[in-house]
Amino acid sequence: MSDRSTLQIQKISGHPGSVAGAGTQRTDKVCKLVDTTTCIGCKACEVACVEWNDMPFQNTTFDNTYQTMPQTSWDYWNLIKFREHEEDGKLMWLMRKDQCMHCADPGCLAACPADGAIVQYSNGIVDFQQANCIGCQFCVSGCPFNIPKFNQATKKVYKCTLCSDRVGQGLEPACIKACPTGCLHFGTKEDMKFLANKRAAQLRDVSGFQKAGVYDPDSIGGTHVIYVLHNAENPEAYGELPKDPTIPASFTIWKSVFKPVGLLLAMTGFLGALFHYVFEGPHRPQPLPTVKRVEPPPPPPPPGSTGVGREA
Amino acid sequence: MATSVERYEHSPNAIDRMGKTVVYEGELLRHPVYTRFLHWMVGIFFFLALLSGFGIYMPWIFRWFTPLFGGGAMTRLLHPWFGLGFCLFFGLQFINWLEPMRWTDHDSRWMKNIRRYVKNQDPIESPETGFFNGGQKLQYWEIAVGSVVFVITGVIMWFPEIFGRIAVAISYPIHDISALIMLFGIFFHVYLSTIGQPGTAQSMTRGTVTERWAWTHHPKWYQQVTGRDARAAYEEAVKREEARERLLDPRDRDKT
Repeated sequence: MSDRSTLQIQKISGHPGSVAGAGTQRTDKVCKLVDTTTCIGCKACEVACVEWNDMPFQNTTFDNTYQTMPQTSWDYWNLIKFREHEEDGKLMWLMRKDQCMHCADPGCLAACPADGAIVQYSNGIVDFQQANCIGCQFCVSGCPFNIPKFNQATKKVYKCTLCSDRVGQGLEPACIKACPTGCLHFGTKEDMKFLANKRAAQLRDVSGFQKAGVYDPDSIGGTHVIYVLHNAENPEAYGELPKDPTIPASFTIWKSVFKPVGLLLAMTGFLGALFHYVFEGPHRPQPLPTVKRVEPPPPPPPPGSTGVGREA
Repeated sequence: MATSVERYEHSPNAIDRMGKTVVYEGELLRHPVYTRFLHWMVGIFFFLALLSGFGIYMPWIFRWFTPLFGGGAMTRLLHPWFGLGFCLFFGLQFINWLEPMRWTDHDSRWMKNIRRYVKNQDPIESPETGFFNGGQKLQYWEIAVGSVVFVITGVIMWFPEIFGRIAVAISYPIHDISALIMLFGIFFHVYLSTIGQPGTAQSMTRGTVTERWAWTHHPKWYQQVTGRDARAAYEEAVKREEARERLLDPRDRDKT
């Protein structure tokens, strides 16, 4: 799904040893900024995503909301989540563009046991390499945003690539290009943070949204998709956007520390058995059968021997 | 001395009847065909599951196991089935051995005195040690509990779409711990049944053991199947060996 020739890999799942691209290049971190307050829910970004990635057109699900379908799927990576929300007695329509957040510290990559199935480029994009995917779905468990989706037919997992193929060629992602209101921006992480903070300040100072802020959660080292929210204290209101997303400890400390230690402890069984044989030896059926002793007769002294050289 | 041969071809178990167990002079039937069949099926599936699991457990060091099973994706596909095979055959063995594996007060005492066993301090086991000793029973129960843990956590990881990400994340280390405990145990199992206690392996191949082996390692079982006291039989054998030694020793031969 990506163009390796233009994107340097800095992190690889399940990989032995170092990663060639880690810290070797001067690369700007890219970032997508989603200003939820100016999204009108037109779904142009959804269509652009389907178009650019050549995914099949599919029926939408009508469930009395302005949402295309209940959730993203293996062949539908970008979905505007719609929530009717009441705050201070006022009804609000919350629209949030749901897609891979491209975490700086990706839970999917941490969980993945297949060498090279998930990579992180030095520009921050997290990409799945389906050719290396073994279909275990641990990435689904590791992701705090419910993004990776499993295809039962191919037994592989798919998700938004942040258009790594486009970004690698210096283009903006397809969704950004399609957005008619300018609620989507794409650029360096630094620039997007600046823009987002400015917009949040405007919402607080001018529009009266006292709790407006930027969603860029520290618990996973920040994300390469950030949101401007009218109420940053309650991101859950935007539909399953966790306030403090976390990677389960199973895929962090258990995998990196306890797994090797556990294996060493289990291997003490091998050492125990080996050195039991070395120190104590086998326990044979008792009593041991008598072995015929063959004692060579003492050599006859040579004629005329005086015993020279024998001391005792 | 003529070799008497006993065949066990009238067992109520169909798999027992399919094969045969030939018991030669000086030997005792230890494991009938059905038990041996189950043991090796459990063993085969154990190692298939272990090796395929290793490739997923720490890929950065054990990824060379996955080509054995047709690559990563195939390993992932097969591993749950290997695990089910292991649990199925161990389940049958569990039922098969439930009676002799019942934990007794003597097994608790045996565990307390495990140091004597490890240091090979007694030429023959305690007269209370029956068909299985405390260590064997401990391993049996460990595998029984471990298999249940494997199935529960394994099914959760097999169908994450049903159980959800948190259930998978919890199952993952528990599945690993169960495997690590079993791996720790398998080294002692293989060691003790081969070079650690010579004469044991044939009980799972031909199905028989020597009488010497029986009174050495399982005196109470020896007493049950032969009607003779294990210690008395052992001491008799010691005397026989001493007499034999005198006969063989050229220095003693003239005296007799």
